[in-house]
Amino acid sequence: MSIDLTQFIPSFLEESFEGLELMESSLLNLEQGDDETINSIFRAAHSIKGGAGTFGFQNVTEFTHLVETLLDEMRDGRRKIAQEDVELLLGSVDCMRLLIEAIRDETECDEDKIAVNAALLEKTLATSNNDITEATSTTPIEETPESTSDTASWQIEFIPDHHLVQTGNDPLLLFNALADLGDITLVANAKELPALNEMDAEELYLSWLLTLKSSASEDEIKEVFEWVEDECLLILTKEEQSEPEITTVDEPEITPADEPEITPADKPSSAQVTEQPDKSETLVTEPEKVISKPQSSASSATEKTTAKAKNDLGSIRVGVDKVDSLINLVGELVITQSMLTELGNDFDLSKIERLNSGLEQLLQNTKELQESVMRIRMLPISFAFNRFPRLVHDLAIKTGKEVELVLNGEQTELDKTVMEQIGDPLVHLVRNAVDHGIESAEVRLANGKPQKGTIMLDAYHQGGSIVIEIKDDGGGINREAVFNKALEKGIVDENTTLSDSQVFDLLFEPGFSTATEVSDISGRGVGMDVVKKNIQSLGGRIQVESEQGKGSTFRVNLPLTLAILDGQLVRVGSETYIIPLITIVESLQPQKELINRVSGDMVLYRLREDNVPVIPIYQLFNIPSEFENIESSLLVVVEAEGQKIGLMVDDLLAQQQVVIKSLNDNYQQVEGVSGATILGDGSVAMILDIAGIINMALTKAQNNQRYKSINQPQVGQLVSEGVNL
Amino acid sequence: MDIQTLVDEVPVEGEYSLEGIDFITSGEQYLTFLLSEEQYAVDILCVEEIRSWESPTRIPNSPSYIKGVINMRGIIVPIVDLRMKFNIGEASYCETTVVIVLTVETEDKTRTIGFVVDAVSDVLNVENNEIKPAPAFGGCVPPNYLAGLINVGENVVTLLNVKALQAVEKHQLSQ
Repeated sequence: MSIDLTQFIPSFLEESFEGLELMESSLLNLEQGDDETINSIFRAAHSIKGGAGTFGFQNVTEFTHLVETLLDEMRDGRRKIAQEDVELLLGSVDCMRLLIEAIRDETECDEDKIAVNAALLEKTLATSNNDITEATSTTPIEETPESTSDTASWQIEFIPDHHLVQTGNDPLLLFNALADLGDITLVANAKELPALNEMDAEELYLSWLLTLKSSASEDEIKEVFEWVEDECLLILTKEEQSEPEITTVDEPEITPADEPEITPADKPSSAQVTEQPDKSETLVTEPEKVISKPQSSASSATEKTTAKAKNDLGSIRVGVDKVDSLINLVGELVITQSMLTELGNDFDLSKIERLNSGLEQLLQNTKELQESVMRIRMLPISFAFNRFPRLVHDLAIKTGKEVELVLNGEQTELDKTVMEQIGDPLVHLVRNAVDHGIESAEVRLANGKPQKGTIMLDAYHQGGSIVIEIKDDGGGINREAVFNKALEKGIVDENTTLSDSQVFDLLFEPGFSTATEVSDISGRGVGMDVVKKNIQSLGGRIQVESEQGKGSTFRVNLPLTLAILDGQLVRVGSETYIIPLITIVESLQPQKELINRVSGDMVLYRLREDNVPVIPIYQLFNIPSEFENIESSLLVVVEAEGQKIGLMVDDLLAQQQVVIKSLNDNYQQVEGVSGATILGDGSVAMILDIAGIINMALTKAQNNQRYKSINQPQVGQLVSEGVNL
Repeated sequence: MDIQTLVDEVPVEGEYSLEGIDFITSGEQYLTFLLSEEQYAVDILCVEEIRSWESPTRIPNSPSYIKGVINMRGIIVPIVDLRMKFNIGEASYCETTVVIVLTVETEDKTRTIGFVVDAVSDVLNVENNEIKPAPAFGGCVPPNYLAGLINVGENVVTLLNVKALQAVEKHQLSQ
């Protein structure tokens, strides 16, 4: 039976990336070291190798095999987990990722890098072999796990699901494969076999108890069952009577040549070595592991969704609970709908009360449904955070600093699109924190701080937005240095007095860097302005707090979702516009004495100590308006990019949540408008892009000046430059 | 309604005639419509729907022939007045004024745009060899929008290039 394997490649790739992700994060935790972690790393590598082998990705199989061998040595305790090995493995994980990405993109990958890494692995493995021989001579116990894997008697209880044969698996083939590993005896259990008349010819009712005498390792045996793993209950036990087997291990024909030293006398000494897992313990735990394996890999799979989301915008993993709640809600909706239909059949006025309550219920249902659907797009921020342990780890090594990364609030949920776009700015901020924020160990000690610097990533909800904090306990931002640099660049002049936050905001000016030397990590001065721009394009903002000597905090404020926005509906003439609530500072009725006209036709409104330029929307958009003078209209003061403006509108309408629709899909980006939405009456309303409007007004003012001199009327088309998207 | 009435209502074969219905013919089908007195046609497979005129929401600072956007079942669809775009006749809005919504897949994306026309008239079956090239001179319609001419009895129907129409407002704005 031949199956077109290529159809499974995408899922192989996805699983491999998840596996790599798991390997990476586990390797980083491995520094503290424990058996379960290394086992999970090994399993991930093994699945990748197995999958790659199936699909014939030779290079992946070969490379992964090296990694696996190294891991195997660590797992068996033949090799101490040394820092440089972990680094090597991390590098290897990167190589595997390159290889698999190359398969995905159907491109060639950097062969050299892979070759170098493979050579390193081989070298390490070669030295490890020496270690082993040394180890065998000094502490023969190290060999104990090895010895048990020689010609052991395995009890394999194989209870397949009834539908096993329907998926194209044949137990006979499995047994043949097992027979290749060693002597096999097999007892079939036909207890479940139903009476002939009840029997479904396509179902499998048998189960088997196999006894395998083989030198194969547990993994090799499990590999045979790899394809049916999810469709059977497999209990693998090493026979306790392997005690006598151990003695037979001495029989020369079975014992591999490089393990001559094992004698029964070595056995008892194993108990004395505490760092070595006790043999009986391994025996007990192993069967459990076999059974628990599918579960643990499944749960780890749900935890780790693909981090390479950029290339994989297509799919989203959703928790079953979310889908269940959605189904429940749809169920309720259907009930409400049928109730209303019932009511609609011969309706009379006596039923109006029931109609009202029905409609209310419908409203409730729709609201809940909307919330649930929105929640589907929400992912815990750990998807964005989980790349940071590796990043900080690598940076710390590169800079020779000691840095600890603390993650908080990883379960805080965030819209998928926001998450994808916030990743890079966060990387930049974390990089800065390691490179510029945290001081070197000596400086820290001299300043009476703990040797190890701490970077804290924190995420939490605040109102309708999510706050992400990047906090370091480093040297803080040198206010003077920033100010002087700004002077030098001519951004500020000497006499201006700036508040701390204003000074720190200068960091986000393009080309601004106070780093005395440029490193390959950061300091070129490109970046912070991009970070700010990215965050603003998501409708968020960034604040800096810093105290010299104590550290700095970068606080990023983001809207929870890009799909829905809290808006203030306003009316200008006959048109309705929506102003994002987050940008509104206040709305007011202009008072005559606070209106000032300056430099010709510019109107300023005095809002406490600020002079806010007034922009009439009707002029900007060339539409008729009810009120053309500011005294009789209303003023909505909005703020974007640190600039406050007053928008002149005819009337304030309701505040409501609106679903953002792109104009770009069927039309094009429109200046001053960030999108459109559909109002309750089915009509379309434009959502104002405040930053864009400020830009438009600026360009328009400049063009006005330019054209006034030659006395030409202003044309709307001239505003086309300086589009702010 | 019981089953018997249902059965009674189902027409028996041969009870209705196919006379006058010419959809089972060869060739491509085109939807024809009127701009002032002139007949134009577009490929019928691109027609998403035909809807009556409703006042759209204006797009700030857009050219006058872009009337605005409407909500078509949750999709924001821009409305282009072909009469204003091509300078044909008067742009008046009455009961027969309709909007033909066209959807065209271009290389990178699918765009849906509504076009205001004076009236929708007919569906034509046209063989490819019946389409004559349009003369490259004269007229209000820029030549890149023309796909050819079709003779229908005494009249000439101008076949419009749907792909060009989809780029109609982009093209214009970039100028």
